[in-house]
Amino acid sequence: MSSISVKNIAIKGMAGCVPERVQENKDYPGMTPEEIQKYINATGVVRRHCAIHDGSICTSDLCQKAAEKLLADLGWDKSEIDLLVFVSHTTDYKLPATGIVLQDKMGIPTSCLAFDITLGCSGFLVGLGVMGNLMSSGSFRKGLLMVGNTQSEYASPEDRSMTLLLGDAGTVTAIEYDPNSKDEINITYMSDGSGREFVILPDGGSRNPVNEKSFIMEDCGNGIRRTRLHEKMIGDEVFSYGTHFIPKVYEEMRAKFNIEPDEVDYLLLHQANKFLCEKLRKKLKFPPEKVPYNIQEFGNTSGATIPLLMVTELQHELYDRPLNLLAATIGVGFSLGVAQIKTHGKILIPDLMTL
Amino acid sequence: MTLDEFVKAFAAEFDDTPAEQFTPATKYRELDEWGSLVALSIISMVDDEMDKRVTGADLRNCTTIEDLYHLVESK
Repeated sequence: MSSISVKNIAIKGMAGCVPERVQENKDYPGMTPEEIQKYINATGVVRRHCAIHDGSICTSDLCQKAAEKLLADLGWDKSEIDLLVFVSHTTDYKLPATGIVLQDKMGIPTSCLAFDITLGCSGFLVGLGVMGNLMSSGSFRKGLLMVGNTQSEYASPEDRSMTLLLGDAGTVTAIEYDPNSKDEINITYMSDGSGREFVILPDGGSRNPVNEKSFIMEDCGNGIRRTRLHEKMIGDEVFSYGTHFIPKVYEEMRAKFNIEPDEVDYLLLHQANKFLCEKLRKKLKFPPEKVPYNIQEFGNTSGATIPLLMVTELQHELYDRPLNLLAATIGVGFSLGVAQIKTHGKILIPDLMTL
Repeated sequence: MTLDEFVKAFAAEFDDTPAEQFTPATKYRELDEWGSLVALSIISMVDDEMDKRVTGADLRNCTTIEDLYHLVESK
């Protein structure tokens, strides 16, 4: 496993934005009320904020709204921003990169470096590591890390394993170069592409170009139907991989960076589904009061879940006091990360926004 | 873990099916209570007790509890 340690940067603010439109899982027509309740009990997902996917709200729009408000609250001048990283699987276009589109739409100077990272659930921790390393030498002074997904778009309405799980969200984290910063970020990563068949949108890329068969609704068993342009997830394989390897990445990170679990304020688990999260919480031996959830309101928002937890559950604490946080995620790829994020208060977080 | 212990641990993941119904020859996927959540619980139990990883495909490919036990032991 690979590890990085990032110093000389400070997280100055965070913000999140979700679509105003809410989908209640209890209203799903494809299951009986008893079946739906059982599903909600297992996954923890009561409702989700989902855009209508007609191009009117993209991930970049959610991130942009969050970023505009955060910049105003921080008093940052856009002319100072020299790095913009957009992490998502739901980009505006296949090309150009959405980060560069955002540079223009937000009026950030053309002198900045802007690019995309295509990742799902592990996106925040990978983005933080990449951006932290770019900034820690002082080459970049002020950066925006935008992480989000609107992948409810990819769920087949006849696939309850996806359509009742996925929500949309965009987040932004404002990071500043500061050689006096006491913030510490330590991350351990693992990547295993042999898991690619278990979470995949098969057609539409260069490997399997869209063809007439891409649009056929196929019967996938258990009452699930989807096309090859919908996201497929084999839930038990993700669960098997996550419950086995997250604890191993965690142990390696813990040993490498001498982390004392008793000194950790909160463990932020990627909000995949509550059943997996609770198994992980118990395996990592954290008490319930140290592991916040917001999956009931937002579902699985992919890479946005960890920053969204910080926005909705730790909004005031991140401003009021130093926090020693752990974050753990497994996502499409598979791509895994476990991080320690030690903050030192005064992180400005406006109330969650809607669009 | 012995086969007997494995069968007991397997049975403990079921809420409604009586423990005495479980033997090494039990065809677990034919049990009324078998479903996705029980399957995840079995994956988790094996990981906790034996530090071995059972995949979803393993559970679909094995027929009896004994089949699964031998598969896990061989990992």
